[in-house]
Amino acid sequence: MTADVVRLRPPMHRVSPRARWYWTAKAAVLWIVLLVPQVIWWFADDGGDLPHVVVGVAWLVLAAVHLAVMPQWRYRVHRWEATDTAVYTQTGWLSRQRRIAPISRVQTVDSERGPIEQLFRLANVTVTTASAAGPIKIDGLAAKDADQLVADLTTRVGHTIGDAT
Amino acid sequence: MTTAVGAGEETVVDAGDGWRRLSPRMLAVHPVMELRRLIFPLVAVLIGVRRGDGGNGGWWALGIGGIGIALGFLRYFTTSFRITPTHVQVRRGLFRRRTLTVPRDRIRTVDVTSPLLHRIFGLARVTVGTGQTDRKNNGVMLDGLSAASAENLHRELLHRPTATPIPGVDSATRSQPADAASETVLMALHPSWVRYGPFTLSGLVAVGVLFGIGSRLVNESHVDLAKIGFVHDSINYLRDRPLPVAILLVAAVVVVFTAIASTVGYILSFWNFRLSRHSSGTLHVRRGLLTTRSTTIEERRLRGVELSEPLLLRAVRGARVLAIATGLRVGRGADRGGSVLLPPAPRAVAVDLAGTVIGDADPLTAALTRHGPRADLRRFTRAGTVSTILILGVLAFVLLTGAPWWAFWTALSLLPLGVFLASDRAANLGHALTDEWLVSRYGSLVRRRYVLHTDAVIGWNMTNSLFQRRVGLTTLVATTAGGRQQYAIPDVPDAEAIRVARTAVPGLLEQFLAD
Repeated sequence: MTADVVRLRPPMHRVSPRARWYWTAKAAVLWIVLLVPQVIWWFADDGGDLPHVVVGVAWLVLAAVHLAVMPQWRYRVHRWEATDTAVYTQTGWLSRQRRIAPISRVQTVDSERGPIEQLFRLANVTVTTASAAGPIKIDGLAAKDADQLVADLTTRVGHTIGDAT
Repeated sequence: MTTAVGAGEETVVDAGDGWRRLSPRMLAVHPVMELRRLIFPLVAVLIGVRRGDGGNGGWWALGIGGIGIALGFLRYFTTSFRITPTHVQVRRGLFRRRTLTVPRDRIRTVDVTSPLLHRIFGLARVTVGTGQTDRKNNGVMLDGLSAASAENLHRELLHRPTATPIPGVDSATRSQPADAASETVLMALHPSWVRYGPFTLSGLVAVGVLFGIGSRLVNESHVDLAKIGFVHDSINYLRDRPLPVAILLVAAVVVVFTAIASTVGYILSFWNFRLSRHSSGTLHVRRGLLTTRSTTIEERRLRGVELSEPLLLRAVRGARVLAIATGLRVGRGADRGGSVLLPPAPRAVAVDLAGTVIGDADPLTAALTRHGPRADLRRFTRAGTVSTILILGVLAFVLLTGAPWWAFWTALSLLPLGVFLASDRAANLGHALTDEWLVSRYGSLVRRRYVLHTDAVIGWNMTNSLFQRRVGLTTLVATTAGGRQQYAIPDVPDAEAIRVARTAVPGLLEQFLAD
């Protein structure tokens, strides 16, 4: 091996900028759900207010930091690329994941628009292989990009032969 | 009821592009199925009506029922599918719109089933499978075509224009002409292997279960154990000893019982074990004393082997061999033993057999590349962190509840244990890449050496946690269709991860390399 280090570059394309809002909305839903037990506890408990205030402030600080930091960070990390022979994605924020699957091993291409995603005109695309550990999910694509990607991938997958195991 | 419905009449073509709808008769079936799904809320509400003061309950029930029926109708109107020369596509969902695309090459199975309700309406359900081992993903299901068009679809999908046979169509289930094939016995159980039985710990479960049943019986039948002479005597005997001696004695009894139970377990599951190779290209495993289990693995589906050495077994130089094959998931519970190629046996025998099965001894014996001091250090920091947290937990417990201090002093022994475990884990960590095989070894409590054919790698996952990024390590995971579905090389230096991935699957990573 040569002295200069061989490295993988990040995938070419960023996801849609609206994905930041999508991630924020999704995380916000989670934080609101977490608020429910606190409210119930507040009503059910007759003791002093101090513990409630402490938990409430902790909730507020954690939620604010998470909502402010996570989407921006994710947006910097999340990237995707599909070439004639492979799909390559990079996801995560604290922990970074890179996934590569050859087109010749792709089994299904699946695109989905959840309610929150429709709100932001986004869609996700999942590319599965024969391995249960192999699905590659691209989150937060602009809806029209997702359609284009699905169309491209299905044409390419159709050109390869074999059962892909 | 009219029968003999042609395919053309039933499949309504919709809005060009070849998108078709399900059979309109599903308008009757979907609502019933949705209602069946809502049966519990409905029953609950109706019972509420009986109990309560009447009034709103009926309206609620009507509302829920109405929603169910509406959902059923919606399912019909939001589902469409099309079959092009190359693909099968299904669109469904209103709020969660999904388009699932399956290339026709990948279709392995087409199942036509007809549950009772469907049968009444002359309908059938078509499930298109890609042979994916993932159970959650049930592939493409077209719920509700007329029986005739389902049959047409079945034919249409499995007889494609290109007359080539489909590679990998479930021939595993096809019966083999066993008589014609000649058979070579690769390995048979040697009675002396039973000596590895006590070290498998399989009996620990049995002892636990027996203890559980025993204490349950005692509780239920209100027997006072202390009144039984034998138990009474032994308790008195233990009470007279100092505490450490008593603990050692009890432990010794448990160990002896576990050893006996494990040996019995070994004999029950592996007696008469025999592994043979048929000339038709299959491996055949037969084993068991009372219940004979037999497994057939097509060699075409064999993707590699796994050499597994639990700590105790390793201490007496024993090992087991498992198969990595598609369609054979290294499972939990009942199908756990499905992939056993060799029960606990001498390590040398296991290595030899694994080499024979894959037809190449090299990957089993090749020296492994170590992952370097930074990867080793991570083993120690992890063990250190875990034992420190546990010790602090015990300390807090002692301080808060006033438990005796020897609990804390005993917990301190976790530190040297952790160091031992970490150094063993560090020593075991390694990988290799031979001509055709990817080899990875890690673990301590159960050390496993995975040997996977490079052709079987169908994707790479590379994970870098925050800590890993700081020290330039990557966890490289090869995904595959067989066995555990993924095989990891943990904490390998970044550059080496790329080298391994590039060499094992040539031509895949080149396009993504940084200049």
